[in-house]
Amino acid sequence: MNSVALLSAAKDGILTGSVYALMATGLTLVFGVMDIINIAQGILVILGAYLSYALQLHWHIDLFVGLLITTPTMFIVGVVIERAFIGRLKGPEKTAMSILVTYAVSLLIEGGLNMIFSVNDVQLQASYVSKSFAIGQVHFGFIYVAGFILAAVLLGALYVMLYRTRFGMSVRASLADQASAALVGIDVRRVSTITFGIGVAVTAAGGMIYGATNSFNASSSYDLISRLLTIIVLGGMGSLGGAMVAGIAMVFIGDVVGVVWSPVWSTMAYFVVLILVLLWRPQGLFGRASARVA
Amino acid sequence: MRARNLWWLVALAAFGVFPLVVTNPTYTTIAVFSVIFMACASSWNMFSGYSGYIALGSAAFYGSGAYTMALLSIHLHMAPGAAMFWLVPLGGLVATVLAVPIGWIALRVRRHTFVVITIAIFFVFQLSAINFGFTGGTSGLNLPFITWGYQYYNVPFYYVGLGLVIFATALSALVRRSRFGMQLLAIRDDEDRALGLGVRTHAVKVTGFALSAFTVGAAGALYAMFVGQIYPQFVYDPMFDISIALMTFLGGLGTLTGPLLGGLVLEAGQQYLTIQFSNGSLYLILFGALFLLVIMFMPQGVVVYIRDRVTRRAERERAAVSANDAAAGDAPPPAGDPPAPAGVAHDVAVGGVA
Repeated sequence: MNSVALLSAAKDGILTGSVYALMATGLTLVFGVMDIINIAQGILVILGAYLSYALQLHWHIDLFVGLLITTPTMFIVGVVIERAFIGRLKGPEKTAMSILVTYAVSLLIEGGLNMIFSVNDVQLQASYVSKSFAIGQVHFGFIYVAGFILAAVLLGALYVMLYRTRFGMSVRASLADQASAALVGIDVRRVSTITFGIGVAVTAAGGMIYGATNSFNASSSYDLISRLLTIIVLGGMGSLGGAMVAGIAMVFIGDVVGVVWSPVWSTMAYFVVLILVLLWRPQGLFGRASARVA
Repeated sequence: MRARNLWWLVALAAFGVFPLVVTNPTYTTIAVFSVIFMACASSWNMFSGYSGYIALGSAAFYGSGAYTMALLSIHLHMAPGAAMFWLVPLGGLVATVLAVPIGWIALRVRRHTFVVITIAIFFVFQLSAINFGFTGGTSGLNLPFITWGYQYYNVPFYYVGLGLVIFATALSALVRRSRFGMQLLAIRDDEDRALGLGVRTHAVKVTGFALSAFTVGAAGALYAMFVGQIYPQFVYDPMFDISIALMTFLGGLGTLTGPLLGGLVLEAGQQYLTIQFSNGSLYLILFGALFLLVIMFMPQGVVVYIRDRVTRRAERERAAVSANDAAAGDAPPPAGDPPAPAGVAHDVAVGGVA
């Protein structure tokens, strides 16, 4: 037990946590704007990872260059899912229905991926994936740093889009109040579709980094989605900053407990923290308390 | 309604004689799994269907029931045999006791956050089972080996499972008619209004949640005894959660017969497909596609869908008859019995996608 170990836990928390934060941002954005919980986000991350894998395997396209292809592809996948299924949901049970619909979509994709890529674990490989450098005694894996930069850039871009553009203003208006947004002339339907597309598009980068840092198969999506869901619940559903903080907190808590106590309990510790936080603040760290219950 | 009671009796009789007629162990194995899932779906529906709080963490109770059975039968050095069935209700009791604090935490939040929290709590259970020493970790636990004859091995399990189905359905029906059930339904329809009318919503929800955990836990215990060997990832299985939700949605959320029908069709179908094709991926795709179709086109479930169809058809026929009579102009006007409104009777379905 020493300060170096703690420092490197903190480093992991920030580097890896930011990638989780990126994936969770897509989820929380979609929830905030549309009241939709996208359970398929986990398998979409895996799909993103497999896309990078396929591009590299068949056309020898570099992982980072491949993102120029996989990101628009995932955007289109998102738009298709929204248009085909999610946009059709209406009424008071919409959110509950969305969970079931996206779960069904996720089963379809899981089955498809199992058929195409088999259930054997794969990991994305590149000359730089296993390289690392050290500052003092703390080692930095290249891919983790690159993942952090990528996540930071994308989150920054998302921020600019949301807070500095006209489209972003309509997204935020829809996030605050759909009915009023529609009244002032915002095409909420279109905003929803594009938001869902963006929410899914982030899984391309997230999936690539995830696939380069973990070995995965289609069923890894269960672990992923459970983490992503708890991140947005911890951060407060619909809160972008909350997703960021909670993503980092998740990895940080896990790693610190792993160092101080035992790696066996690292995931568990995070879930326990989650439950304790929810006892204290049921709406999550940065969530808005609802006036009405349902 | 007498006809309705008659159908229940016919169904019960059919289930009762099933293992006497069909003795092929392959099919009786499918039957055991089917009754286990029917009981779970019915019990899940008693809380989630009535209250509208969709729980996706019931595997936490199923697994806890299974571990109760495994740990007690091993540590009490129980003789393998029928005596172990006494641990089945105990598994249910353990699940209920666990469900109280879990429900207390999870039910303080809004409906969609509740879903996510149940998933998170489920993962806490799965991880604990993997990490704790006494659960045997990932290598699981072996229960006392039951030695009654191969040919009839399944039959006692089947009847105990059927007992759980009857218990869950009876409880569901009782709750549905009670004041407590009315309160759950009121919460589903408008929780704020229910609260305003003096329903102690939190207490009612927690009670319903704990009550519904009982049968799920008992079913988990029965499952453990039946398969004789448990692993954390099989008894704490995320697919379990979604399966019982789908079974209920397929049959009809909030109805009495819906979860039973859904559980029977889906579980028997799954077991059969697994035996026939042993291709998990194909099953996932079929399952997902079916799920999508049901939710998109029959969001209120098959039972309600068919009943609405039948009622509407009867109405149309009656309308046609009276129109003919009116046209003929000789018959007296039809007696004043208005057509029964669609979708009432005992089962009340969720509004679903409007």
